[in-house]
Amino acid sequence: MTIQILMPALSPTMTEGNIAKWHKKEGDEVASGDLLAEIETDKATMELEAVDEGVLGKIIAAEGSENIAVNTPIAVMLEEGEDASAAAPAAPAPAPAAPPEPAPTPEAAPAPEPAAAPQPAPAAPKSNGGRLFASPLAKRIAADAGIDIAAISGSGPHGRVVKRDVDAAIAGGVAAPAAAPSAAPPAPAAPAPAQLPVVAGGYTEVPHNNMRKTIARRLQESKQTVPHFYVTMECEIDKLLAMRKDLNARAEATGEDYKISVNDFIIRAAAFAMKKVPDVNASWTDEAMLVYNDIDISVAVAIDGGLITPIVRKADQKGLAVISNEMKDLAARAREGKLSPDEFQGGGFTISNLGMYGVKEFAAIINPPQSCILAVGAGEQRPVVRDGALTTATMMSVTLSTDHRVVDGALGAEWLQAFKVLIEDPLAMLL
Amino acid sequence: MADQPTETNFDVIVVGGGPGGYVTAIRAAQLGMKAACVEREHLGGICLNWGCIPTKALLRTSEVYHLMERADEFGLKVEGVSFDMEKIVKRSRRVARRLSGGVAHLLKKNKVAVFDGHGRLAGKGKLEVSAGGKVIAGLTAKHIILATGARARTLPGLEPDGELIWTYKEAMVPEEMPKSLLVVGSGAIGIEFASFYKTLGAEVTVVEVLPRILPVEDEEISDFAEKAFKAQGMNIMTSATVKGLKKGKDNITATIEADGKSTDLTVDRVILAVGIVGNVEDIGLEGTKVKVEKSHIAVDEWSATDEPGIYAIGDVTGPPWLAHKASHEGIICVEKIAGANDVHPLDTSRIPGCTYCTPQVASVGLTEAAAREQGREVKVGKFPFQGNGKAIALGEPEGLVKTVFDAGTGELLGAHMVGAEVTELIQGYGIAKTLETTEAELMHSVFPHPTLSEMMHEAVLDAYGRVIHF
Repeated sequence: MTIQILMPALSPTMTEGNIAKWHKKEGDEVASGDLLAEIETDKATMELEAVDEGVLGKIIAAEGSENIAVNTPIAVMLEEGEDASAAAPAAPAPAPAAPPEPAPTPEAAPAPEPAAAPQPAPAAPKSNGGRLFASPLAKRIAADAGIDIAAISGSGPHGRVVKRDVDAAIAGGVAAPAAAPSAAPPAPAAPAPAQLPVVAGGYTEVPHNNMRKTIARRLQESKQTVPHFYVTMECEIDKLLAMRKDLNARAEATGEDYKISVNDFIIRAAAFAMKKVPDVNASWTDEAMLVYNDIDISVAVAIDGGLITPIVRKADQKGLAVISNEMKDLAARAREGKLSPDEFQGGGFTISNLGMYGVKEFAAIINPPQSCILAVGAGEQRPVVRDGALTTATMMSVTLSTDHRVVDGALGAEWLQAFKVLIEDPLAMLL
Repeated sequence: MADQPTETNFDVIVVGGGPGGYVTAIRAAQLGMKAACVEREHLGGICLNWGCIPTKALLRTSEVYHLMERADEFGLKVEGVSFDMEKIVKRSRRVARRLSGGVAHLLKKNKVAVFDGHGRLAGKGKLEVSAGGKVIAGLTAKHIILATGARARTLPGLEPDGELIWTYKEAMVPEEMPKSLLVVGSGAIGIEFASFYKTLGAEVTVVEVLPRILPVEDEEISDFAEKAFKAQGMNIMTSATVKGLKKGKDNITATIEADGKSTDLTVDRVILAVGIVGNVEDIGLEGTKVKVEKSHIAVDEWSATDEPGIYAIGDVTGPPWLAHKASHEGIICVEKIAGANDVHPLDTSRIPGCTYCTPQVASVGLTEAAAREQGREVKVGKFPFQGNGKAIALGEPEGLVKTVFDAGTGELLGAHMVGAEVTELIQGYGIAKTLETTEAELMHSVFPHPTLSEMMHEAVLDAYGRVIHF
């Protein structure tokens, strides 16, 4: 019996993926665990490994095919003794996108980092009642075949699902909804202004990649549906800087492998502050407040074409050196597009640091379903009044954006105060 | 001849200025490409100058004439109805000229460079334009689209001479009215001329080699039309072959074989309408990888030939030989070249076809027989003109609307009509097919009363046993 290889759901919010590369050709022998293909999702490029062994009989979705719905067959595996004709009636592949996405040029100015990191919700809370575009005939054929039409990507005008898409899905043996974890249709962004800009000098149309679409959708949803409010606080970080210098000098002396950054301190301080004020580590749902058991901190990392938020799990239980090295590894792999979904999905709190760009302070957009995001500015020498006399200190402004449904003003301020105490007296983090 | 453009390098050059070619050039220009169109005779091509448009002008005359003859039925008094063939033809030519001028304007407006001359491929990415035997321009382009069209097919022993034996071209500009006429071939072209000349009073015989006239139409529609033509006094011979033509001084004797019997028929003129062949000669295909099969250029679903950078659209690529198919193919071809979104190959089952005889015939999609041949279970609905108020009021109670649905999915597989104004109605079903509506949406659609279009609704209802007015 042939085995259909389906577009895998590599994350809970993934509804479609692109075939970035096939590592096996038709006719190649495949052992269980072999690297079959690289799949580009809305977040990252991930590797697809073979589960079964056999021969790759047919590649249905060619390299470069885009927007293939989850659970659409992308290839057919033959078991021992089968010949390629067994794979013949496979579905035609969705047409590969015509122009390949232009590779980002290194000269391009670094994209300004959006103030908050989008990320898939741990459990898709709602489908948002988004309208599904499908022809009446496509809907009926899908319904008759027991196929969830939301899982089929459309090839008609503006992505409308038409008969040929459903026929292809049926021919390819898309699982019935009972078996298919029917991915919720992506909540469509609010209708974009239909009018194109009128610019004397003309413009270049740059197609959206999946990450851009996700950022747009999730941040728009956040700013439109989450009641944000903001609390700002100034923290003196001279002690922290001194301690950092000391610790890093120690590493050099002993040859230990770590180099702690200010951001690593901020991650640890945030984790400790959450331990002290656990109510901020929560998400709003219409039925109940979900308060998380673990303290998982997402950290926004700018990458080519967008950003991603890898997570330092149980950050309250990790020392600075561990946090630092973990963060370095996550950031490096994030830039290569090699994070696995569990490394960037989830998290109870986000830190977005633009200090390295010299930003004094800013307010970030909450990354749902989390309820808080901390926007961190640059540490800089500022005049301060101490014991009635004017002097200077290294100050850092931080702004906490909170979802007012979860975190009231006083609670947000309480958390910030706890954070400030830790940052200003880093020895307290040892406790 | 107008001055030729001075520019010689283009993104896209279209060879042929017919409804395929000029539309393609305009669309290419809209997409931001530098486009040129090379036309050897007149912009608008056969369609506009010697086909669709001038014949419609002629058929309008015959329609009005027919109504005048029926004046009494409508309570009008008209006496001494007659016609002036010269004036009829003049009007038809005027209509064609006006529209051809319109095409020139459209091309200019869209900044398409128009070369008056004969285009011929001259090496990779090169095209030579000649006029009066001299090369007048050497052009280059990354993409060259051949839209050279087609011409009447001739059969051995049945060669047109332009005097007694006509093709569509001579049939369109008669100097005088032939008293009797033999039309060889009963496709759209043959039947339209047969209908035109019959209405104006000629004795018309149609010979068709296949068992029924309008052979691409649904069988029921063909039968209906045949009965209507016979009632008008047209002589129709099916499963018949013209074996030979013997020219007299001002007449011709045709030998027609049918049912194993041979009969002779003497007529004033013969019109040959036995299909068309692609214009593939003298356009520089030699030495290219472009394949020609049965006089037509072989192309893939995106109109690309086997030679990179060379494309072909419209009649020169084969049936259906329809202006709107050519235009649409050209648009898809250049959109594909430009890498536009949402480009899909043309689905021929969504191309409506119209024949402007009296009664008119129009259809889109699969015939009932073709649908059954595909092994589909079908639901068929029919509604006759005599059940429609507007048809009765118009004095047009003869006609039929037929729908074919897939019994399983409710897909509208085809729609077929015969009767007054059906050529203007068919597009309703065309949109329904393109939007992939099922019978449900068609049933939910509100059709205005009183119109002929109500029959389209009823024919859908009938397929599901819900017809109201019959």
